[in-house]
Amino acid sequence: MAKKKASRRKLSPVTQRAPMKAKLTPRDKRTLSQLTGLADGVVVAARQRRDPHVDIPARALSNVRYSPRKRIIEMGKRTTRRKLFDLAQAKAFMQTMLVARGVKDLIDQGKSNSIRGLFYTLRGKIADTNEHTFDQQSDCDPIIEDVEVTLASLREEMHLFADPKGAMVGNIVVTDSGDDIDCSRMGSGGYAIPSIVEPDIMQFKQCNARFVLHVEKGTVWQRFNEDKFWRKHNCILTHGGGQPPRGVRRLLHRLHHELKLPVYCLLDNDPWGYYIYSVIKQGSINLAFESTRMAIPDARFLGIRSIDFERCGLSDSVKIDLNDTDRKRARQIASYPWFAHKKPWQREIKKLLDNGFKLEVEALISKDISYVTEEYTPARLKNKDWLD
Amino acid sequence: MAASQRDISVSEFFAKNRHLLGFDNPRKALLTTVKEAVDNAIDACEEAGILPEIWIHIQRNGQGPNRYKVGVQDNGPGILKKQIPLIFGKLLYGSKFHRLRMSRGQQGIGISAAGMYGLLTTGKPVTIMSKVSVRKPAHYYEIQIDTKHNRPEIVNGRGEGVVVSPGAAGAKAIEKHGIEWIDANHGTRVTIELEAKYQRGRGSVDEYLEQTAIANPHVAIHYEDPDGNQRHYPAVTDTLPPEPREIKPHPYGIELGMLVGMLKNTKEPTITQFLTRSFSRVSPAVARRICEGAGVSPRARTKKIGRHEADLVYQAIQKTKISNPSTDCIAPIGEELILKGLHQIVPGEFYAAATRPPAVYRGNPFQIEVGLAYGGGSTAHRVSREALVEMLEQSDARTLRQFLATTFDGLGTEAADRILKEARAKTRISPGKLREKDVNRLHEAMRNVNIHDGQTMNVLRYANRVPLQFQAGGCTITQTVMTTNWRAYGLSQSRGQLPRGPVTVMVHMASVWVPFTSESKEAVAGYPEIQKELRLALQSVGRKLGMYLRRRRKVKHEGERRNTFLRYLGEVAGAVHRINGSDRDELYAQLLLVAKKKTSEADVKLDDRGRPVDEPELDLGKNVLIVDPEERARQVALPQGGGEEGATDERR
Repeated sequence: MAKKKASRRKLSPVTQRAPMKAKLTPRDKRTLSQLTGLADGVVVAARQRRDPHVDIPARALSNVRYSPRKRIIEMGKRTTRRKLFDLAQAKAFMQTMLVARGVKDLIDQGKSNSIRGLFYTLRGKIADTNEHTFDQQSDCDPIIEDVEVTLASLREEMHLFADPKGAMVGNIVVTDSGDDIDCSRMGSGGYAIPSIVEPDIMQFKQCNARFVLHVEKGTVWQRFNEDKFWRKHNCILTHGGGQPPRGVRRLLHRLHHELKLPVYCLLDNDPWGYYIYSVIKQGSINLAFESTRMAIPDARFLGIRSIDFERCGLSDSVKIDLNDTDRKRARQIASYPWFAHKKPWQREIKKLLDNGFKLEVEALISKDISYVTEEYTPARLKNKDWLD
Repeated sequence: MAASQRDISVSEFFAKNRHLLGFDNPRKALLTTVKEAVDNAIDACEEAGILPEIWIHIQRNGQGPNRYKVGVQDNGPGILKKQIPLIFGKLLYGSKFHRLRMSRGQQGIGISAAGMYGLLTTGKPVTIMSKVSVRKPAHYYEIQIDTKHNRPEIVNGRGEGVVVSPGAAGAKAIEKHGIEWIDANHGTRVTIELEAKYQRGRGSVDEYLEQTAIANPHVAIHYEDPDGNQRHYPAVTDTLPPEPREIKPHPYGIELGMLVGMLKNTKEPTITQFLTRSFSRVSPAVARRICEGAGVSPRARTKKIGRHEADLVYQAIQKTKISNPSTDCIAPIGEELILKGLHQIVPGEFYAAATRPPAVYRGNPFQIEVGLAYGGGSTAHRVSREALVEMLEQSDARTLRQFLATTFDGLGTEAADRILKEARAKTRISPGKLREKDVNRLHEAMRNVNIHDGQTMNVLRYANRVPLQFQAGGCTITQTVMTTNWRAYGLSQSRGQLPRGPVTVMVHMASVWVPFTSESKEAVAGYPEIQKELRLALQSVGRKLGMYLRRRRKVKHEGERRNTFLRYLGEVAGAVHRINGSDRDELYAQLLLVAKKKTSEADVKLDDRGRPVDEPELDLGKNVLIVDPEERARQVALPQGGGEEGATDERR
């Protein structure tokens, strides 16, 4: 009983800070009803003296299916059951409920929060112990994804966003939260792609560009922007800071599907680069349920190719040796169903493994500062020399 | 050259080589003196069939910084007048050397050597007061040893001693001569003045008496230390251990030289009669086989057997199968009394004991007994601040770390380091140089630091109920404890080290002839037969400890399981309440019920892997004592009255 009293004490101030009600959109109402359903499940189970549980769709390679017709990754039906009265899952169950509560508060207040912000809001000592509800953000992030897939809600619908990462520049004018932004007049920094780019936040006002060039990271993007590649070739230039966050992927998806712009990717020649391409093209395994809104099956892989070391006559100094993880990862990627039947891709990955080294885009820059923007990329585009 | 060669008296030899007898330094001299006197006293009482009650007084003597007076009195039968000077004033005089029988002292140099040491260091004679009966007069002697001739000299009463008549006149005489005597109907008191040093902690008189009390539950001990602290260890049982029988030597146990000597001295006319009457387990048939093996006629005259034939007989003995000696000459303590003794003195929550059946090494019967106590706090936990200050002053350790590790049992250097860290004391600081504030912090730290983890097993060794306090490393008992795999029994142990944990193990070897590695009788030699028995006995108690620990760990695990759930229920209820507005407290109460149901099911039905199992009652067999730790804590918390229940330990 002492325990009960203590926890009541701890929780009562939270109850007093009643969230102010905001106007709810139909989407918010749907998310709220799903959240309530989650909580009701616990109440019903407790009333019947049963073990409360949540069924969470499994986020694993084994539970995704590649649809050859749609050419995207789809989520399977398998779920894992998270129980409160299981020693290994008790804490995760509690954390799931906390995240659901945090999301509910955000929707009620009509505000959105970063995932780090949510982690801070939910972080706290468990009553009568020294244990934190969440120790670090990496404990919280997978739980947020669990709630996302369980509710089949998008992160935006849960009023959550990640750190914005990635930038855009090019012949396009967008309206972001009511402000017109001309992406051809963004200087050297470019337009930072926000985390939420849904049509109710961002609209495309005017676009003259003919295609989208997506590069892996900011340094390469800087090179292209400085050489005004997008002006010369009339395109939109984006980067995603490595693995592109959802905002960038969603934006690429909208550019491709709404404005019918082809998407070309210029990524590093290593398993990591291949996987980035795979995520842009087919969707990620982790968030397979969002593939229909994210994946661009027609995205193309411009380079860098493993044949480029000989083709472009690069010097030995640019080689970086593959390590064991790289080799393992490369073989794994080669066996993905969406790569398994593509002979050019099998040749590409085999060549990488035979080379025994990887190449970054910077390898081309080391040959000549503008080699990649003035010769390499235009030549690939002109010759339609890409992997699909 | 030849002129300077002459006899060396035994007394002279030992006066020069006193370390051989355990008088290496003043500290050990005090212990050895008390030890010899107490051993003799208990033996005397047991032989007379009297439940021993021993009084030990150690006093500082004002005449010098290291002068002490040791008085040991027993309630034994007393000693005959004419024997007194010989027993206490002549080295190598005793009743125990020439017989094969289990007894405490063996060589008969002990008490007289202590007297000699006292005489050498203080010049004071040994005083003996002995009383045979209430009605008969008692005798009071002051004795010196003539080291040249190994012979006693009576100093008082013109070489005749003083007779103390019974009754009131006697009381007056006692007062007149300044005799120390606790009024008793019969008994002996020996008082020796010597140069010594009193120190508490490991290897101290206090430790010796405590350990003696564990292995001798039938002995009552009253002890007063130089600071006037009194400690009483009452007898736990009122039955004397059975009197060990004297046996003849077993043929396997003798050496060639001994055989030749025996042949020379025997009165038996023929070799067959010699073999059957001088040795145990030699029947005429066995004797005939030996003679056949040696190629000697069974009727050969013993006087005619020469060195060569003796050698043949000796070799034939080794080849002939002779049954083991009878083992009823050994009196073990017994499992029940070991448990009682341990429980009385070593705090703990689990006790187990094992007495092995008797076995034989080199023709000598012996028996191994092991007792184990688990869960007791270290002495470091119990020490009072005053006692700590005193120990710090007395210690000759160079650093505080060394002081902690050497003074307290079962306190490893690791735990010492942790205490020092907690006390924020410098590792290398000298124990004598601590300031008031530092001592307070140290005392606080010693009470608070969890020293269980760094605590090593405390091994108490006994030979014929006498504690062995020194040369632990060279003793086969310690070595066998170290080489036993205690990890199998739930204790952590590094290879070749003593296991860790709050464990005390007492190992008792009872034998007609305990094979010591040296005259100071501190370490048992490692015969394979002895090691084997030791190992089996240790494993037997180890198995029981293992079962107990596993069960305890499991219960703890279940408790943690329930706690884990309970911890998160409040959070879950709170979150659900915020989402759908259901009643938080009601939900919490309901979840609590589910949790109780779930974990109670798990308590009885599920094992580690979640499979249902039938939980058998923990069956540890007999000879195990489990004490509820909370019960124990309550007992300790209660103020204890005089020596009535439990040993009152001033330090506690």
